[in-house]
Amino acid sequence: MANITFNSTLIIYLIAALGYTLYLVYRTPLVKSISFFSLELGLLSHTVAICLRSMETGHGPYTTGFEITSFFAWVIVIIFFITEWKYKIKDLGAFIIPVVFLIFLYSAFQSREYSLIDESSTMFWLTMHRTLSIIGYAAFAIGFGAAVMYLIQENQVKNKKLGVMYFRMPSLEVLDNLNYKVIAIGFPLFTIGFMTGSIWNVKTDESLFSWDVLRTWPLIVVWLIYCGIFFGRLLVGWRGKKAAQGAILGFITIIVSYFFHVV
Amino acid sequence: MAEVNLILVGVNHKTTPVEIREKLAFTKGKIEESVDRLFNFPDIIEHTILSTCNRVEIYARANCQDSAIKAIKQFICDFHEVSPVELEDHFYSYRNEEAVEHLFRVSSSLDSMILGEAQILGQVKDAYSLAKDLRSTGLVLNQLFEKAFSIAKKVREETGIAERSVSISSAAVELAQKIFDDLENRTVMLVGTGEMAELAAKHLISYGVKTVYVTSRTYDRAANLARTLNGSALDFEAFKNELHRADIVITSTSASNFIIKKEMVEKAIHERKNKPIFFIDIAVPRDIEPDINDLENIYLYDIDDLHVVVSANMKEREKEADNAMNLISQEVTKFNNWVGTLDAVPTIVEIRKKAENIRMQEIEKTLKKISYLSEDDKKLLHQMSSSIVSKILHKPTIKLKQKTQSEDGHVYLKAIRHLFHLDD
Repeated sequence: MANITFNSTLIIYLIAALGYTLYLVYRTPLVKSISFFSLELGLLSHTVAICLRSMETGHGPYTTGFEITSFFAWVIVIIFFITEWKYKIKDLGAFIIPVVFLIFLYSAFQSREYSLIDESSTMFWLTMHRTLSIIGYAAFAIGFGAAVMYLIQENQVKNKKLGVMYFRMPSLEVLDNLNYKVIAIGFPLFTIGFMTGSIWNVKTDESLFSWDVLRTWPLIVVWLIYCGIFFGRLLVGWRGKKAAQGAILGFITIIVSYFFHVV
Repeated sequence: MAEVNLILVGVNHKTTPVEIREKLAFTKGKIEESVDRLFNFPDIIEHTILSTCNRVEIYARANCQDSAIKAIKQFICDFHEVSPVELEDHFYSYRNEEAVEHLFRVSSSLDSMILGEAQILGQVKDAYSLAKDLRSTGLVLNQLFEKAFSIAKKVREETGIAERSVSISSAAVELAQKIFDDLENRTVMLVGTGEMAELAAKHLISYGVKTVYVTSRTYDRAANLARTLNGSALDFEAFKNELHRADIVITSTSASNFIIKKEMVEKAIHERKNKPIFFIDIAVPRDIEPDINDLENIYLYDIDDLHVVVSANMKEREKEADNAMNLISQEVTKFNNWVGTLDAVPTIVEIRKKAENIRMQEIEKTLKKISYLSEDDKKLLHQMSSSIVSKILHKPTIKLKQKTQSEDGHVYLKAIRHLFHLDD
């Protein structure tokens, strides 16, 4: 049952991703409603799928690679809805929802085997590590969308080529602010996630230095990048284009690090 | 209502020069005066006068179009004491669908001097509400104008007709909004006191810009302009050190060299911790070194850039006007259909035809059973049945004709068509 719901969610997310992208070009109320309602429906069926699977497995959706990627996509959609509701940036979806679809598509190709429930005392730290990191990553995904939009808009204003997107996209200030805010929320979460991960590692291996280098280094790179963006802005005033490029680089690094860290 | 005859007679900025248009303008008082005079023409049933600086138009429903058009032209000439010969070439007149389409175009600002400008809709609304107060409109014009307003709204919302700014200062404001979003509490600095710069500054202030600094080689000029704009004057030598305070800088001096150089801007942006600055260089020759546009978070537009933006926007509006025309054509058809429902005659004809068919069928059935009747008897039977049908239908026919003249006439028509199964 959970599998059927996952598969239909995939199709609904595809419709939403196409809808939001299409809305960039065909600005009709119909396209808008189709994309919005299909995303709402997608989130609903995704939630049901996650709940059904959790009932079957007896634990939260963060144990296997399949669960983690699907949960990641789910959190992005939730944060996207919150951002939409707060900022009302019409085109943000075109830059976020296709990413959600791709992440979810990737998860669909992964093994859906259950992993055993680990009742050990270290489970708490592992759960904290995974949940907080995923929420942090999801916030960074929104930052990625805002950053791509920022670069498009900045390019138009700077080079005086005021195309259709110039009129449709929000101001540089709004996009830059959004990029900063999501990183300001995502960075502490990710940092705590990172720390709880280390604690879990110490507790299981009883050594701080037994880290698997290949698994740990990508995360350190991600952390350093976002640390740079976050404090660079606070201290030196790195904003606008630099911050946007940083957010894009950071998110790409997250995707790459996933393959080292989880797979 | 036998037939709905809509007409429109008018002059506008395309057909008539301003020297003549200004003679023909109707102020509120003149419109009040005109109501009865127009109703003196027996052919005119309803009317509305629309008078703006770009057009004078009289919309009317008439019994006979030709005579009403003639009467309205005559009225305009007499009222304003202008010779009909002088005006004949300037007048245009439209009938039925064309008149409907014209009003829809006017209220949607497709007939305006500046395509998509917002003022005209308000003017049409005022004209209509005055006409309504003066009771010069009725069923058809009420519906026509209400429809025109909703279409104008739809055109504004669904096409980009009013989306892009088509003046230098509004394009500058729009750019500022795309950089800073909210202009509330922003700071603008005027370097030089050119007229265009003043205009742009006023525009920015109307969008919430709070702090204004003015500097000029002649301090008094700066002080004067600062007073008008509720800002403060800066010494010309000192402004370079204050550049970092400004979010928007507008230059319009007559200097022959660049007065804002790259190093100055680099220093300012550093002091601002990279918060963007929008430079608008209205001066010719230019006041600002063009290279500063290469700096991050600095945006520079000179007068030519703004002209390019404006003309590109104008072209976009023209493209959008085609989309708007599609919307309008659909609505004209819908309005015509509505007008069609007001016409009682076809419905009455259909009812009579239906009744006649039933009568004939029944007579034939009866005659087959009583074949021994003489020709005279048969004729009598026909006459009797015809007169029953006529008498039954007489009162409803009269009532229907009367009722279709009223506000809810179309409801009666709809009900009648439903009861008699005319649309099945």
